[in-house]
Amino acid sequence: MSKDIRIKKGLNINLIGAAEQTTSKAVLSNVYALNLEDFHGVIPKMLVKEGAEVKAGEPIFYNKNIEDMRFVSPVSGEIVEIVRGARRRILTLKILADKEQNYHDNATFDIDSADGESIKKALLQSGCWPFVKQRPYAIVAYPDATPKSIFISAYTTAPLAADTDYVLRGKEKELQAAITALAKMTPGQVHVSVGNTETSPFTNIKGITLHKVSGPHPAGLVGTQINKLDPINKGEVVWTVAPQDLIIIGELLLTGKFNAERTVALAGSSIKAPKYYTTKIGAEISTFLYASGVNEDKFRLINGDVLTGAKTTPEGHLGFYNNTVTAIPEGDDYEFFGWNKPVFNKISSTRALTFSWLNKNKKYDLDTNTNGEHRAFVVTGRYEEVFPLDIFPLQLLKACMVKDLDEMEQLGLYEVAPEDFALTEFICISKQPHQQIIREGLDLMYQEIG
Amino acid sequence: MKEKLHQLKLKYQGKKMAPAFNALHTFLYSPNETTHSGSHVRAVDDLKRTMNTVIMALVPCLLFGMFNAGYQHYSAINGFPAEFSLFEHFLTWDNFWLGVITILPLVIVSYGVGLVIEFIFAVIKGHEVEEGYLVTGMLVPLIIPVDTPLWMLAVAVAFGVVIGKEVFGGTGMNILNPALTIRAFLFFAYPTWMSGDKVWVHDAVNLAGTADAISGETILGYLAQGNTSEFSYSVSDMFFGFIPGSVGETSTLLILLGGLFLIFSKIASWRIMLSAVIGSLVMGLLFNGAVAWEWIPEYSKFYGLMSFDFWKHLIVGGLAFGIVYMATDPVTGSQTNKGKWIYGFLIGFISVMIRVFNPGYPEGVFLAILLMNVFAPTIDHYVVQGNVKKRMKRLKNATILPKPSDGKAEELKVETV
Repeated sequence: MSKDIRIKKGLNINLIGAAEQTTSKAVLSNVYALNLEDFHGVIPKMLVKEGAEVKAGEPIFYNKNIEDMRFVSPVSGEIVEIVRGARRRILTLKILADKEQNYHDNATFDIDSADGESIKKALLQSGCWPFVKQRPYAIVAYPDATPKSIFISAYTTAPLAADTDYVLRGKEKELQAAITALAKMTPGQVHVSVGNTETSPFTNIKGITLHKVSGPHPAGLVGTQINKLDPINKGEVVWTVAPQDLIIIGELLLTGKFNAERTVALAGSSIKAPKYYTTKIGAEISTFLYASGVNEDKFRLINGDVLTGAKTTPEGHLGFYNNTVTAIPEGDDYEFFGWNKPVFNKISSTRALTFSWLNKNKKYDLDTNTNGEHRAFVVTGRYEEVFPLDIFPLQLLKACMVKDLDEMEQLGLYEVAPEDFALTEFICISKQPHQQIIREGLDLMYQEIG
Repeated sequence: MKEKLHQLKLKYQGKKMAPAFNALHTFLYSPNETTHSGSHVRAVDDLKRTMNTVIMALVPCLLFGMFNAGYQHYSAINGFPAEFSLFEHFLTWDNFWLGVITILPLVIVSYGVGLVIEFIFAVIKGHEVEEGYLVTGMLVPLIIPVDTPLWMLAVAVAFGVVIGKEVFGGTGMNILNPALTIRAFLFFAYPTWMSGDKVWVHDAVNLAGTADAISGETILGYLAQGNTSEFSYSVSDMFFGFIPGSVGETSTLLILLGGLFLIFSKIASWRIMLSAVIGSLVMGLLFNGAVAWEWIPEYSKFYGLMSFDFWKHLIVGGLAFGIVYMATDPVTGSQTNKGKWIYGFLIGFISVMIRVFNPGYPEGVFLAILLMNVFAPTIDHYVVQGNVKKRMKRLKNATILPKPSDGKAEELKVETV
């Protein structure tokens, strides 16, 4: 049943440098890379050796714990480097791309007549499975499970993030194929939340329950929508897929080709001409970063949006799940009496000589300064104003910090992902690392109860 | 300057004295720290700004307290002016100067002793100096009688900071409000200096027994003596604060403005303030009702305070000050929004109750807040349990689906058998 979700608690972080809705083709990258940190909790086992030639879509490693779960190369070329860290843990796989791309051929598929199990097998074999994530634990979905429902959020509220409607435009065929396939793996519904039910690319897609969602960030986060539509209980499993990844899944099922191409928003106040680029997963960011130009020497480059992304460099590579790359100024500077003078150019959740409440639509140029030092939790009642989930955020964070598994479970850790705590982290007066605390709590729980 | 301090910071990094240096450095310049993971941008508010806002709300009370110290002193000696004029009788240099020489030492001792202890603990434990004491140090001089001896204050501050806060781990970890712990220590250790009819006006203690003896009694004290006759202060005196009392607690008007400022700036909880006001009014009404229905005979020693109009409780004594600045302490108060309603209500309710029934000392605000500080975690526990219960109830209808492999395992078993 379709539902309207109206979120009242939250905060829109309006930043300068939103991507203009024009798309250019990025220069082809020489080297592509898969960053293993993108796949949280996956222990990679290599299928090929350094120096091997692979095709685009050919499996290069698998998950040690779940052997069926394959991860494939985004391009065809030579595995030039396996970067390892402490205890020989694999950090990054680098692939030198061929001039002529050739694709590993997965058999095409009659989606309509296939059953859930064979679809699952196809996705696992073809490397599309990691696009499916699960809650609890916010990790790549465990294939040996039946989700009670599948959630897709096609509403963008994160600051400067790629506009979902724009990115998906014209891809209805792939979306439909992916949705039809995913729907066969659950006896429940496929919930899709959009900002506008009339004009969204999902408007005419069949086999989904379409919801209209409105309100400030985090209304667009899938965790918020799950909590409002069909909250997760202990023992239940929900799968989530990002809409841009549906295109890759859909194309694979329709053509048998793993096409890692995606439209990426390059945004942020450090970018001279923020706009969209088509490139591939794992492409070097400098291949499109400098095409738009950067404003300053010292900037923070982020794989993802400013609230949840990972720090990277121009030599870094586009993340497996990201369709936004953000650049904002570094804030490693002192500010004279920064703690007591009136502030007009930064966002605040209070009105303590801060004036961002005067004009809600003003756009800000925020840098990476923490605007204060790390402290113990002191102030209360602030997080609740930006946290729409039916969960006590402060109490859950404290339960995670003291590693109290019972309390974590009772307070609803099953329902959340670190990204749900990005906004409370943003406004935190004590500058606590909320997302890290939640991630460590989830890991502990997975380890102990999982 | 900026560069030099940066070099010094690098020099001190990792050294024992680093927290002490950083405390001074971050006082001048907000630090150059940047985010590393998680949210890459952060809102501008930090703990220093939060605490600074509370101090700003307290400054009017402090200034008023200085004028009032002088006004009460000179009026007690020379008699209250027949026709009161704000500028002629209250806002005078004489009044202010007397306030400065009596109250400024209290502020200096409170900050000096407290901050030295905070710095020592920060250096020993290797954490940054936390800002909590900035507010505590300002609150303490405002909630004690004007003539409190400085050595007493120093001892009490040392006790309050060490036992009330640092032993629990510093700001954010304490169970009792440190400022009220200091106040309670003073009250129980040196009761003669903290209560009675002499301590509330400057020099009243020194002049006691001499020919120039002056009275320094608060309105509540007067009522608790069993006096029911009209006293010399009008309602507007009480509201504007031209009455004897602890340094900063007398002017309900300025406290009200401070409270509104804290609510507007979203620093303090309006839920606690509002519910505490309601709580005190309810208790006051109950007492008024008991008197009206003649349950309390006129000779009862509680008659004076019980017949005191219920709403007047808010404008005499420390109730308003306690509600606005002490009950709203986020660390020791309830942390959940629902809990804050209960917590605030009970503070108002119990404050007036203790005020009326306390035989030794007709004031109960600090005791009520300390008591509720102890119960705040319990209140929160039950509020949080409400959320947990909702989740447990939902769990009964959970759709836990079998794993696909379970089915296969069953089939395999059947085959092998």
